[in-house]
Amino acid sequence: MHEVSIMESAVRMAVDAAKSAGASRVLALRLRVGTLSGAVPEALRFAFDVVCRDTIVEGASLEMESVAAAGWCPVCRAEFQCADFISECPRCHNPNGELRRGRELEIASVETN
Amino acid sequence: MCKECGCGLGGGDVKIGGHSHDYVHDHDHRHHESEHKHSHGSKTLSLNLSLLEKNDRLAEQNRSFFRAKKLLVLNVVSSPGSGKTTFIRETAAKLAGRLRLGVIVGDLATDNDAARLRTAGVPVVQITTGTVCHLDADMVSKAAAQLDLDKLDVLLIENVGNLVCPADYDLGEDLRVVLLSVTEGEDKPLKYPPMFHSAHVAVVTKGDMAAAAGFDRELALQNLERVSHHARIFELSAKTGYGMKAWLDFLAEQRAN
Repeated sequence: MHEVSIMESAVRMAVDAAKSAGASRVLALRLRVGTLSGAVPEALRFAFDVVCRDTIVEGASLEMESVAAAGWCPVCRAEFQCADFISECPRCHNPNGELRRGRELEIASVETN
Repeated sequence: MCKECGCGLGGGDVKIGGHSHDYVHDHDHRHHESEHKHSHGSKTLSLNLSLLEKNDRLAEQNRSFFRAKKLLVLNVVSSPGSGKTTFIRETAAKLAGRLRLGVIVGDLATDNDAARLRTAGVPVVQITTGTVCHLDADMVSKAAAQLDLDKLDVLLIENVGNLVCPADYDLGEDLRVVLLSVTEGEDKPLKYPPMFHSAHVAVVTKGDMAAAAGFDRELALQNLERVSHHARIFELSAKTGYGMKAWLDFLAEQRAN
């Protein structure tokens, strides 16, 4: 997908946050990536190495927390795990599950000097 | 090929209605960070922001603005060649006298689609995105400023032909409409689930070619219902007019609500 621009956005947010906190280096960057976000962690990591060059993020570690997809069944009033966008409840087979988690593409935190 | 899959930052070559915009995705945003000091001198800044936060915020602004104008706004997405332009042109032509339509059309290059749509007599603004493979909320807001929105009931946004990247970019629309033409294969919804899942409406187009293309209607509908189970499904041919009435009535009903 568009991992390069997603990482570019993450690096910019990290740089802005670090600078406004008066820091001169970013030591670590933590992302939350949903399993249905469409972004591929390996591609994000590859893009990160490229886009953080010549910024205060260069050399920082990249940590990615994977968020498993979860659906909500309105009939059972309970969550269920889902592997894809086909959100059929495994208990009652109601096809109208609502995706609650799994599309995350977030910057959780940055660690600075 | 589009640079970095075209969702290019950097930009600089987006044209809206023939005017160049120095188009840069800028990323000034509110920080919700809280600081947390570590004993070894490093600090953790908690951000918890979506990487698409800026677009999401602009999209919400668009949505409020469009609602205040009582406009029904549709984001029409599909692969290249699914018949978006013909579908929009016929929708506009057949709604003439019933609802007033305006169109924003996005393409990487050329204003051919805008020229085709103007033949239906509807106000059109073309966005040529250069290397960017999707429209975003900022481009839509600038393009909408070139239309007299007070004279419109429905705004149709024809997105760049691409079933991947536009899925992530909310434009501030009321309804996302995904097109699937009978010549594309019945498994498109399974191949591009984020887009099909996010759609409110799915339209099976080029129905007049179904027999020639060996289109398995039952299988296509079954796949659509699996991935886009909450979407309203329409089957039509913009060329022959078959199925268009149900779609047009739906639009009128949505506009009234």
